[in-house]
Amino acid sequence: MSSETKIEYQKKEFSPKVKSVGLALLIFGIVLVIAGYFVSPARMTFNNIIGFTFLISIVIGSLFFVSIEYLAGAVWSTPFRRIAEFLTYGVYVLPFILIPILLNLHDVFHWTHPEVVNSDKILKEKAPYLNVNFFLIRILGFLLIWILFQRFITKNSEKQDFSKEQSLTTKNIKISAIFIPLFAITITFTAIDFLMSLEPHWFSTIFGVYYFSGTILASLATITIAVIYLNEHGYLVKGLSSDHYYSLGALMFAFTNFWAYIAFSQFLLIWYANLPEETFWFLQRWEGSWIAYSIGLIIIRFVIPYFGLLTQPSKMDPKRLKIMSIWILFAHFYDLYFLVMPNYSRSGVVFSWFELGFPMLIIGALILIFNELSKRKNLVAIGDPKLKRGIDFRL
Amino acid sequence: MSDKILYGYSAIFDKPDDIIKAAKTVAEHGYKKYDVNTPYPIHGMNNAMKLKPSKLGYISLIVGLSGALAAILTMWWMSAVDYPIVYGGKPFFSFPAYIPVVFEVTVLSASIATVLAMLFIFFKFPNNSHPLQGTEYLKKVSSDKYGIIILADDEKYNENEVKNLFQSLNASELEPIYWDNDEINHKHKIFEPKFILFLVVVAILNSGAVYFVYNKLLFMVPFNWMMEQERQNVQQKSLIFSDGFGMRTPVEGTIARGHLPYQFYGKPDLAGEKLINPIPVSKSSLKLGQEKYDTYCSPCHDYHGTGQSRLNGQFPNPPSLHSEKLRSWSDGRIFAVITEGQNVMPSYSTQLTEDERWAVINYIRVLQRAMNAKESDIK
Repeated sequence: MSSETKIEYQKKEFSPKVKSVGLALLIFGIVLVIAGYFVSPARMTFNNIIGFTFLISIVIGSLFFVSIEYLAGAVWSTPFRRIAEFLTYGVYVLPFILIPILLNLHDVFHWTHPEVVNSDKILKEKAPYLNVNFFLIRILGFLLIWILFQRFITKNSEKQDFSKEQSLTTKNIKISAIFIPLFAITITFTAIDFLMSLEPHWFSTIFGVYYFSGTILASLATITIAVIYLNEHGYLVKGLSSDHYYSLGALMFAFTNFWAYIAFSQFLLIWYANLPEETFWFLQRWEGSWIAYSIGLIIIRFVIPYFGLLTQPSKMDPKRLKIMSIWILFAHFYDLYFLVMPNYSRSGVVFSWFELGFPMLIIGALILIFNELSKRKNLVAIGDPKLKRGIDFRL
Repeated sequence: MSDKILYGYSAIFDKPDDIIKAAKTVAEHGYKKYDVNTPYPIHGMNNAMKLKPSKLGYISLIVGLSGALAAILTMWWMSAVDYPIVYGGKPFFSFPAYIPVVFEVTVLSASIATVLAMLFIFFKFPNNSHPLQGTEYLKKVSSDKYGIIILADDEKYNENEVKNLFQSLNASELEPIYWDNDEINHKHKIFEPKFILFLVVVAILNSGAVYFVYNKLLFMVPFNWMMEQERQNVQQKSLIFSDGFGMRTPVEGTIARGHLPYQFYGKPDLAGEKLINPIPVSKSSLKLGQEKYDTYCSPCHDYHGTGQSRLNGQFPNPPSLHSEKLRSWSDGRIFAVITEGQNVMPSYSTQLTEDERWAVINYIRVLQRAMNAKESDIK
């Protein structure tokens, strides 16, 4: 059968509607963000952190997806690997979203106030790690690592479209092998710096893994949405079947369970040990309307995707899979909101146009990036030696 | 050959691509009863054969959910209803603690049910015979060839058509496969009356042997030597004494050592006057007193006798041992309280021997002295 498979790929232009939708979302998002910063800088900075970590999840998660494919020698994801590669170009948007946070550090991180740190024994002890200078060095270092590896991997992959050399795959495997441990470190410390240090007295050793599980879910969901949409409109290589969708769905299902496992592990130990220095984090999220929000997290992030992706047809049917992917992406935003916003509003959940600015901006920016890249580059890694086997992939 | 019953018609292919194509073509021709045998799982075969998803998953789901429910009910019954004990200050029914167990039981029951259902329902265990067993065909497809077989009881089965179909697909070998005559008339030996009778006999022998060992053999010589000893057991009839009582009262006018009868029941003040502490204050007596005090007295009276009970609220707090009254009491008066109890305090005569009671009193004196030291002590 493999001998009969032909790679049928026709490069097609996106309709101009894509660009206008992306642009509209981006501009509207930017307007909301700027307006939000004028009205309530503190609230907007918290939203900025949600947006920043949300984009990292999609972008760096996609980079992780690409490097895992290389490292594992997977073939099933090769026909749409380029989609994940396109998403990694979002790494160039990250600095722009980071800048407003850096300008408003004092509004969100109270360990940045020297007078607070000096009067607080715990924060004093943590100061060698939690200080503004080291924080800046860390995040700039992380961005540098991400951008470097994004460039290396995508460049080699794109070069292969024309040269069709096997050696480029080998090169990318080596680069991926270096990237994976760096990914583990950077994503863990990103979670600690931007999410855990919002409450600098609190600590949880599993927190990095918690953010990682959400990261993979968000990037898988974004890739799945893009793959289904582009494949339905014939932008991708012919021959993608329900088996490919099934594999994406199965991975999302697995990581949904992984998230629940990690989130519950974190909760169970804190609940059992009942130590005041740990429990207050959950108690904050059990006050006022946060109770409903916390229970909602279990349902939205675990129960619904679990039953939504449990059966085989639900993973093979592009329509149902698309709905579940959008749901999971939303659930990741919901999760980040759960991690961040109780620090802004102790009494209860707040939601209005402030919260919409960053998601719009990010989605708009990603659509525009896709649109731009699709003009210059192939949407399929047509030179990859694994492509044929990838199209042939059957369960 | 003619007396044999046809099972199906088989074809052998050399390449995995060919077998997928063959399976597809056979399915397209409308055959329902056919099977493919390959040395390893071939990706895409489910689609080619147009197989429906297995029903096995439903069994896993149902048994898994039942397992989860059973685990929750068991733990709820054990820890919240039948034997409620406070663990770590958590409620009796604390669901987060159950989740790991529920998870494990769900996985365990679902996986065991899946395997058993696969064996008994889908593979028709204990049936372990199959017409393909021992055929040349099976030998080939379990090493390096790929085989397909159309069964003779398929509605559309026609030997010539099937043969032509396989030939058009370039099958390398064609072969009809017949039922083994022994196998057709084969009945499972486990349903034979002889075997069932054998099982019944074994069961009866086994239970009889167990009954004999536990109820008879252990009471025979020499197995009863540990149990039957030359000794007077409690409540046992005596063969020596004429009145037949095994348990004897002390000889009249004597008492056992360390068991001086207490003569002042109901008269604690008299006890305070008459009784004198026979235990001199010494390091060992104070140590004994502290040990016993910490064990029996301190839960209510506190380690320092302040009366700030460790059993906060579960038992009324006793008055302090440092009051003027208590310090002016004689040792005998305190001995009376320990022996008889007072108000809510029960008697401790069974927990503490007389000597221990006196030692405790010595230790209480130490506590009192420590709290209300004299001028001379400070110098």
